[in-house]
This record gives sequence, C-alpha cells and structure tokens, in this order.
Amino acid sequence: MKPAKFDYLRAGSLAEAHEALAAEGPDASVIAGGQTLVPLLSMRMARPRLLVDIMHVEELSRISVQDNAIRVGAAVRQAALLGWPELAKRQPLLAHALPWIGHAQTRTRGTVCGSAALADPSAEIPLILVALRGEIELSSGKAKRRIAAADFFTGLMSTAREDHELVEAVRFPCAHHGEGHAFREFARRHGDFAIVACAAISDANGTRLAIGGVADRPLAQDFGTLDGSALDDALQDFAMELEAREDLNATAGQRRDLVRQIGRLTIEEARACRV
Amino acid sequence: MTVKPAVQTANWCGQSIERFEDAALLTGRGRYIDDLGVRPDTLHAAILRSPHPHATIRRIDTTDALKLPGVAAVLTGADVVKLSAPLTVGVRAPVQCWPIAVDRVRYAGEPVAVVVAVDRYVAEDALELIDVDYEPLQALVDPMQSLSSNVLLHDALKSNVASDRTFRYGDPEAAFAKAAHRVSVEIKYPRNSCTPIETYGVVAEYEPGEDSYDVLANFMGPFTMHAVMARSLKVPGNRFRLRTPPDSGGSFGVKQGVFPYIVLIALCARVAARPVKWIEDRLEHLAASVSATGRATRLEAAVEADGRVTALRYDQVEDVGAHIRAPEPATLYRMQGNLTGAYAIRNVAVRNRVVLTNKTPSGLNRGFGGPQLYYALERLMQRVAVELYLDPLDVIRCNLVPSGAFPYRTASGGLLDSGDYPAAVAKAVDEGGLAELCKRRDSARAAGKLYGIGLTAVVEPSVSNMGYVTAVLTPQERRKAGPKNGAQATATVAVDPSGSVTVHIASVPQGQGHRTVAAQVTADVLGLAPKDVRVVGEMDTSRDAWSIASGNYSSRFAAAVCGAVHLAAMQMKGKLARNAAAQLNVPADEIEFVGGKVGARGNPDNAIPFGRLAAASHWAPGTMPDGAQALRETVFWSPPQLEAPGELDETNSSLCHGFIFDFCGVEIDRITGALRIDKYVTMHDCGTVLHPGMVAGQINGGFAHALGAAVYEEFAYSDDGAFLSGTFADYLVPTATEVPEPLILHVETPSPFTPLGAKGVGEGNCMSTPVCIANAVADALGIASINLPLTPKRLAPLIAERKP
Amino acid sequence: MPRLSAGRRHTVRVTLNGRAVEGEAEPRMLLTDFLRHVLGSTGTHVGCEHGVCGACTIDIDGAPARACLTLAVQADGATIRTVEGLAPEPGRLSVLQDAFRRHHALQCGFCTAGILMSLDIYLRDTPSPTEQDVREFLGGHLCRCTGYVPIVAAALDAAQKLRGVARDA
Ligand SMILES: Cc1cc2nc3c(=O)[nH]c(=O)nc-3n(C[C@@H](O)[C@H](O)[C@H](O)COP(=O)(O)OP(=O)(O)OC[C@H]3O[C@@H](n4cnc5c(N)ncnc54)[C@H](O)[C@@H]3O)c2cc1C
Ligand code: FES
Ligand code: FES
Repeated sequence: MKPAKFDYLRAGSLAEAHEALAAEGPDASVIAGGQTLVPLLSMRMARPRLLVDIMHVEELSRISVQDNAIRVGAAVRQAALLGWPELAKRQPLLAHALPWIGHAQTRTRGTVCGSAALADPSAEIPLILVALRGEIELSSGKAKRRIAAADFFTGLMSTAREDHELVEAVRFPCAHHGEGHAFREFARRHGDFAIVACAAISDANGTRLAIGGVADRPLAQDFGTLDGSALDDALQDFAMELEAREDLNATAGQRRDLVRQIGRLTIEEARACRV
Repeated sequence: MTVKPAVQTANWCGQSIERFEDAALLTGRGRYIDDLGVRPDTLHAAILRSPHPHATIRRIDTTDALKLPGVAAVLTGADVVKLSAPLTVGVRAPVQCWPIAVDRVRYAGEPVAVVVAVDRYVAEDALELIDVDYEPLQALVDPMQSLSSNVLLHDALKSNVASDRTFRYGDPEAAFAKAAHRVSVEIKYPRNSCTPIETYGVVAEYEPGEDSYDVLANFMGPFTMHAVMARSLKVPGNRFRLRTPPDSGGSFGVKQGVFPYIVLIALCARVAARPVKWIEDRLEHLAASVSATGRATRLEAAVEADGRVTALRYDQVEDVGAHIRAPEPATLYRMQGNLTGAYAIRNVAVRNRVVLTNKTPSGLNRGFGGPQLYYALERLMQRVAVELYLDPLDVIRCNLVPSGAFPYRTASGGLLDSGDYPAAVAKAVDEGGLAELCKRRDSARAAGKLYGIGLTAVVEPSVSNMGYVTAVLTPQERRKAGPKNGAQATATVAVDPSGSVTVHIASVPQGQGHRTVAAQVTADVLGLAPKDVRVVGEMDTSRDAWSIASGNYSSRFAAAVCGAVHLAAMQMKGKLARNAAAQLNVPADEIEFVGGKVGARGNPDNAIPFGRLAAASHWAPGTMPDGAQALRETVFWSPPQLEAPGELDETNSSLCHGFIFDFCGVEIDRITGALRIDKYVTMHDCGTVLHPGMVAGQINGGFAHALGAAVYEEFAYSDDGAFLSGTFADYLVPTATEVPEPLILHVETPSPFTPLGAKGVGEGNCMSTPVCIANAVADALGIASINLPLTPKRLAPLIAERKP
Repeated sequence: MPRLSAGRRHTVRVTLNGRAVEGEAEPRMLLTDFLRHVLGSTGTHVGCEHGVCGACTIDIDGAPARACLTLAVQADGATIRTVEGLAPEPGRLSVLQDAFRRHHALQCGFCTAGILMSLDIYLRDTPSPTEQDVREFLGGHLCRCTGYVPIVAAALDAAQKLRGVARDA
C-alpha cells in the first residue's frame, strides 16, 4: 500500500496553485488535508502526476463573514471551523453537523473545502451546503465563479468543478433570527459515513429538509408547513424520488424508510426549536 | 493495583502487579518485527494478488517487472513448485496446498507472484508491470452450494467435500425415538477474524552452503507448523531456524496463519540470494491472511417434557475456504470432547463435512470452533424454552452437568476437569441481577420498546490435545498413522554467575503479559520478588526448548505454560536446597526460600542470600553435592489426561474446561434496527486466577471481539465471489463508543489437572457472547431464526415483519 | 518551495520531540515510513495505512493527526511529537503513561502509541472530560486487545491527576 510516483509542489500563493493546475490539467491533483486523497494514493486508486499542496497559501486559510455568509477558505481544516468562536451563533446547523465528520483525529487535518470537492454522497459538509443553499467559489488563473451548492454536486463523487479549477472557498449562509435547525445522522459506528443524514431548517414560511447518504448526492426539498399524514405522504414521495443506493450497510428500501422516519423527526425537531 | 514491597513469598500469584512489558511499550521502545534492524542488503517483497475468486492462470509475464531498476527477483507458482513441496494437509484427500497460486487462483487475494526489490515502493511499482492472463471460472461462495456443485475447486478430489465423517456417541436413535419433543435450529455462521492491529511480518535468509533457512516472523505457534514448513522447504528441522521478535502486536490465533508466507518469503530469499523482508499491509490482511471458518449447522435435540435434552444430532458443514490449510479442519474438531457444552447430554450423533469454497483459507481465530458450535447449541436451548413454554434459565439449569460430578466424562469423550456449574449460575443470577433485568424488560416493553434478554452457558476448553484433530481420521486411519496426543508445555529456569534468575518460555506472547506472570510464578517458588526474575518471551527454535505444542493458542498459558514454569522453578529449588543444606548443615527438607534468602526453617540467622547460593554452581561446581549443580532446569510437561482419540472416536480434546454463564439485555431501535447492549453480565470459572488484572483484560478484550462478531464484523462476499470487506472502512471493528463494559463475576474451582489449578480464560467470551446477544435479539423480536452479524440491515426487515 | 520531482529524494526537515532533524524522502513517501525507517523512530506504529485504526496518530503542530495520511514532504517544517517524546526522562513515565500501566490499559501495545498521543493532547485541551467524551474521542482508534474499558479508566484517572497537578502548580 504505497503510492506511485508523483511530483509535489507546495504552492506559496494562490497564483502559483492556479498556474500549476492550469499547466498540468487533469494530471494534477490538489492536496488539502489528504484524509481522503492519501489513502487513495496509497491504494493506487488515484494516479496524479503532480500534487499541489494548497495548505500553505495564507489567503486560503481564512474564515470570514461576507454578505451574511460564513466564507471558509480552502486551507481551513474542519477542526479550525469547529473551533471558530462565532460558529454556533452564526450557523448552529453547521456546528451540529461538523462533529459527525470522521473523528477528532481526522478533523484536525481534513478541510471543509476538500470535503466539498470530494462530493461523497454521505458526507456532512456537502449536505449542509445543500441544506443551507450555500455556494462554492471556484477559481482558476483566468476566472472566478460562484455556484449554488445544488448545482455544484452533480453526482456520485462528481461536481461542476473543472480540472484546472480550485475550490477556493465555500459559503454557508448565516442563520436568520428565529430559525430552527436540526441535524440527525444514522451510521453503523460513531464516526462512520452516514447511512442516512438529515438536516432541517425551519422558519415561519416552512421547513426545508436535506438528505445525505441516500442518493448519489445530497438533495433537499421544501416541505412548507405540511403536517400529519400530509407530511408523511410528502416524505414518502421525496424518499421515492431519491433513487436510494444499496450497499453492505443498508438496502435501498431501508434507506427510504429512514428518510421517512428520521426525516420526519428532524423536521419536527427543527420546528420545535424555532423561536 | 500497586506493587507491594518485595518481602512476602508465595503470594505474588493472585496479585495484579504492574507488567514488566509496559515501560518499553508505553515509551515507544517496543521491539516488534518491523522495528528491528535487518542486514544492510535486505530486500523487500510485495505480493501480486488475484483479483478473481476463481480463475485459471493462462500465463504470467514478468519481463517488464524484472526490467524495472531496483527489482531483484520475481517469483511465481512455477518457481515455488520447483523449490519446495506442498504444505501438508490434515485430511486424507488428494489436494495440494501451496503458499502461492499454481496454475489456478481459488480466492480473491490469493498470491500470484512476489516481487523482491530494494524497497516496498519499488516492489509495488513492479507489481503493476506483471501481466497475468486469467480465465475466470465460476466461483463458489455458499458452502451448501459447494456440496453439490459440478464446479470443482480441486479437480483430483472429484467433489468439493474434503472430509465427511459421522460419529455416534451413546444411543441417539433410541433417545430420539423416545423423546417427547424435537426441537431444531438451522444456522449459518459467518466468516470473520480478530484482525490484530499489527499485521504479519517475515524476514528470511537462506544460506546455500548449508542449505538452511533462518527466519524471523511474528508467528505465534503452534510449532506443529515448524515441521510443516521445514517439510515444505525440503530441509530437516535443524536447517529451518525460526525466531520470533520480542514483541508482537496481537494475534488472537490469527498469526498462526503467517506460516505459508514464511515459506514463500524464505523461497524469495533463496532465489534473490539476499535477505528478504515482507510486512503485510492491511488490505492484504483483510483479503487474504486468514479467516475463522464459516459454518452451516443443522442441530436437532430430543427433549423431554420438562426441558431435559436427551440427545443431540449435529449436521455441520464447515467452510474452510479454498484450501485445507493446516491445522484445519481443526476448528471443527477442537470442540469434539465438549459437543454437549455445559450439559449432561449422553447421546450425540454428528455428521461433519469439510467443504471447499472460493474464499480465503481458514485458520486459528480466538474461540476457534467455540463460536460456531455454541451458536447452534445455545440457540437450540433458547428454542427449547420457547417451544416448550419454559423459562430459558430453567432449561439451562435442568440440563447442566450436576454439582459434584467432576471430573465428568462427556458423551463424546471429553473430561470436564472441575467446576460447580449450578452454583456459578446461581451466583451470577443473584449478583448479576437477572430478576431486576427482567423487570427492566417488562417496563421497556410496556413503553413500546423492543427489548430482549438472552442467556448462555458454555464450557471454555483450553490446553488443546495435539491429537484431537486426528478425530477427522477414521480409527483405522489413525492406527496406520500412529497415535497423536498430549500437549507438551516447556519452560526453563536458569541462574547466571551473578546468581540472578532468567526464565525462558516457549509461549510466544502476543501481548498478554506472559513475562510478568511467569516472573510471579517463579518468584513465589524461589522466595524472590518478580522484579528479580527476568523472563525471555521471544523464541528461537535453534536454541530454546520447545515442542510441537509450543506457542500462544488454546488459552494454554496460565494452565500449561505457567505450570511448566512452576515445575522448572521447583526443580531448581530442589537442587538449590540440597546445596544450601550442605552449606548450612541442615537437612534439605528444612530449607526455606524467603525474601531473597535461603535458610534453615525457624532459624533466620542460619541463611545465605539467594544470589550467592545460586551463583555457586558457576564459581565452585566442585563443592556441590553430586547432581545438584543448579544452572539451568528445563521441564517438559504433558498432561496424561490428553490421550489420543479412542477406537470409538471418544476424544478428550482439551485438558481444562472453564465455565461461563452470561446473560444480557438488549434494546433494538424500531426505526433504525440498531442494537444497543443495555446490560451484560459474564460469570467465569477459570480456576485459580494468577493475575486478576490480566484475567479482566482477557475477558474485556474477548468480549469486544465477540461483540464485533455479533454485531459489526463480517468478511462479506458478493454472490460471484468478489470480496467486499477489503478495508477497515468496510470491515467494521467496534470502537470505544460501541463496546460497553460488561459486569464480570468469578467463581474459582481450581483444575486438578494443572500444576497451579489455572484454566484458560482467553477465549470464552468469543464463544458465549455472540449467541447470548443473538438470544436476546430473538427474545426481543420473537423470532426463531437469526444469523450473525446482527446488523441494522438484517434486523430492520425483521422489525418490519413484526408490525401488525 | 520548488517543485519536488518524483523518484528523487529531497531533504525533509522537522522538529521531532524538540530536536531539529532531517532526512531524505521521495515526494511519495508516507510520514509513517519517514519517521520509522528514515529517522528511526519506530515508536509510531502502522496498522492500516488508510486512516482508520489510529495506531499511527502523532502530534503535528499541536494537533493529533494520522501520520499514515500525511506525506513526509507535507510535514516539512512541522513540529512533531511522537510517543518517544512523552516521558519526562528515561526511566520515568508521564502521568498518562503511568495511568496506562496501572490500569493495564495495554496488552500488545501496538495501538498504544497512537492512543497516548491522542489523549495527551486531548487532556491538555479538555481537562475534565466525562466518560462519554473520552469514549467518543477514542472512537478514532482501534484496539483489539483491551476492550477499551481499562483505556477509558486510565484516561479518566490521568485527567484527574493532571487536574491535581495543575491546581498545585
Ligand atoms: C477514518 C476516516 C473517517 C472519515 N469519516 C468521514 C465522515 O464521516 N464524513 C465525511 O464527510 N468525511 C469523512 N472522512 C473524510 C474526511 O476526513 C476528509 O477530510 C474529506 O472528505 C476530504 O478533505 P481533505 O481536506 O482531507 O481532502 P483531500 O484528501 O486532500 O482531497 C480530497 C479530494 O478533493 C480534492 N480537493 C481537495 N481540496 C480541494 C480544493 N480546494 N479544490 C479542488 N479540489 C480539492 C483533492 O484533489 C482530492 O481529490 C473520513 C476520513 C477518514 C480517514
Ligand atoms: S496506520 Fe494510520 S490510521 Fe491506521
Ligand atoms: S493493546 Fe493490542 S491493540 Fe490495543
């Protein structure tokens, strides 16, 4: 289990990272926290010719609040965001979900943007981005663009990012006053990728539920103020639309069942904690 | 748990002293195989493994790999066939077992070629340059399908059944004919493994001038395998020197399975003409090291109206994987003497079939045979209770071997050495709070929860009879092959010229603290403190005293090895006493060893320091009484109770039999199907406890393994034979958040058959706990049939079926 | 830093347990291999090389991290502590190490270095954890020998002792 050969470039600036990605095209890989990429290298399932290490680019390591959203740079580790003193106040849903990512010992290295770039269908960060209608900032030497999370995640481990683009930052909209939030996840063991993860946001206009772990990407739906059996029916329809995956941990049918049941609990919890 | 001052004697055993192993292990100074220096010219091996579960190898092209700079050699099956002989198998069948695929691959992960190169990175680069042309064949995954399939794994065998034996003890037909009820269960026991955190490692050298191999490997025994390996390498045993490193990162049986790789890497060293090192990686370990056997069992009981079982009928189909790798089919026969568990059942019929499938070959694994056997037996006892509307506790109690019946000869020839099962059960029910647990179940159920209670009683065999596996042969075959029996344990106690004591044990510790306990045992005999005794745990077949039973398995350390240490120390003490008697002018039987001194009993002034007396054999041998030079005492001890299987196949498979009674309460989440252990109580009778901390460690550790097997772990294969549990993200090992703390209770009935009264304790929970949890789940869901692991994927549909 | 080319060895400098050290590594070399086989610090163990078992956990720049999920070249310039750096002096154990010994919180010791490094940092940052906190934090480690019971006990015991030390100081 040892990686094949590759070159390594520690980018000192954003420009240097952009340049390297542009020059090498699909043969270059960004390395951020390495928590997913390094095992893929060791198993020789990833075969880049060049690794571009972005973790020393000063301007990528910032967490800031811009346009009422938390902007998290590409070099920000999951633990750093979790330790950001304003997190719980600005976006409690994110604060609830982050501790579910792997383990304390992997969050110290893994980045927030790396998880978004990877687009694992069971991952928490893509789910929260979709739930909150967050955005992904992509940049290359030539251009920058901002793309809605729902458009960024295009399928199983696939995104709208072009090979030469960097996920420069992700944006999580801040919570509005009075909103209620809930996050629930079911996994085999503590710290495992979710079999089903549910995130809900509720305000006076209604409730939005996002589901991870079921389809090939996180998906969200607004459930308005539906209640009782109408909510059950709507959840049932949503669950059917998700094209649930089957794997060692659960059948597609079980996943749909969990969407209905845990989804409902999550919606109710989010509603209950509205102020 | 602190060390008392070093003055008392004869009571170090029984104390939880701190381990001598720990200071080095806690500070990063352990000496595991990959930590040790190697010769500067050592090369590194990487293994190309089959992606197919079953395929013919048409051609292997290694040209490009050999051209890669840094590559010294590439071995394939053809080279191995040229240089070695097949590994001996334990059944009479025309099958060949090689450490690498020869013309055909029979499981995903089977070695196909080995690259030897300057480092592991380059060796793995070269693996990618080997071109193998496979012709895939149909794979057999289900052992029941294998039984009747036209697809054959080993053509010469003409079927996939490597052994088919029946046994009859007592008069089972009559008992079944008379029985008021018949109760049966059908079980499919899954494959899993204890997966030590350290993987396999081998460093091998070959000396062509002497045609001899020198190998360092984290092998754990049994050293029956030494003979198998030497034979395969085509050298006499004295030209196959096998050494073990001082530390090993856990084994639980699994590191027995390194032996085919020892042969393979030794051959690499021979071909490359340089030392070769191989450290297995985790992917290799999960796919292809070793697995516990899977087993399909149909078990039927003849039952009286009051719940007494009068006869059992087993039909066991054992899935050993693609090869019958020695010592298999031992998993099936290790429990031959205790097929009736903790119960006084006098009639047993058995059919045992050993079946080949396209999976990793099976081998030793904590519990070895116990998990598979007791899963069927204890599920059956629960079903007896349910079907006859009896209390499961009453069913267990009315079938137990009664108090005062020991030593008790079981129907199949086992000799249960000691115990008081009803008393142990009564104590556990009382101190473990079974009545309160039942109330908890009532209130949980009243609140709409899915809550169940499970119970289990088992005997935990330890100190294996090296002859039990010959029960797979017919009595005629055994007669021809010559008897095999016993369980040689060995230990050496030596004094050096400074008068200090060193003990050598051949138990190949894998982390269980053997060095500490052997020091306690020796200190008690010689009137020393454990810290005065140094114990060497690593082994060297060229230098140390050892025999085929040496090694770390069948929970033999406390019972057999410590017994041998005790006897060797006693022998040393006897000689020293004669020397002291001559010097102190008192009869030898009035000499006592206390507090580091040797002196006349009752006269503290007439004494000499132990060290001075002990050193004298080196400095002044001429002054010693005849035959009393006390330099080095080696004892070989084999218990006479371990006889070869008899003419009627009666088999005393193990020397000692601990007793375990467990019960637990579990709750199952209605939505997710997730299982939560609410309470777990485990009662043990392991005879004399030598070190309570380590006994607790064995029980807690075994419990965690058992919980893994019960709820999380499975080597899963797709229907077409693809291996699905290839990483630790797929093969789920429980962590601190999943493993609750069991309540551990003890009773102590010393074994009359072991020198110190100890019985094994290392494997019991792997035998009792999986089925105890399954019984609780069956109770919670009101279902008759349930297999492991108890995953949400398995339980959720069962919950759904229950709904009105 | 210039682009480091594949197949060539490059100097990697780290501060290891308080000492500046350096060694040569190809870009692809894992930090575990660099620590163990280039720098000779074999106290850090390798159990899976894919980030799950935790045996390789070390302190990188003050945080617990998997050495097997880190390339040696990524660690260039880092401050690293490993199990070899935990004891205050040869022949003595740290409070945490001593608690492990007293509670029999290790058997084979193969998982131990990673767990010690993790807990050493954790108890510094979280002086008064509950049992559940400790168990969740330990969820990032696999131990096959102990069943975790004595490890949890040792961690809680060490936390208490360390609080005492902090109070007395
Ligand atoms: C034991 C373990 C358990 C885990 N459990 C979970 C879990 O429960 N939930 C979960 O969500 N994750 C889990 N993970 C994965 C998580 O830890 C990773 O951190 C995360 O998925 C990837 O982030 P990274 O910074 O480590 O990215 P890397 O591994 O460095 O990169 C991952 C991929 O994204 C690309 N990439 C990274 N950053 C960028 C960027 N800025 N622009 C463009 N491309 C980029 C890389 O090229 C690579 O292809 C687990 C990992 C481990 C080892
Ligand atoms: S070796 Fe790094 S986590 Fe297992
Ligand atoms: S002590 Fe052996 S794995 Fe933890």
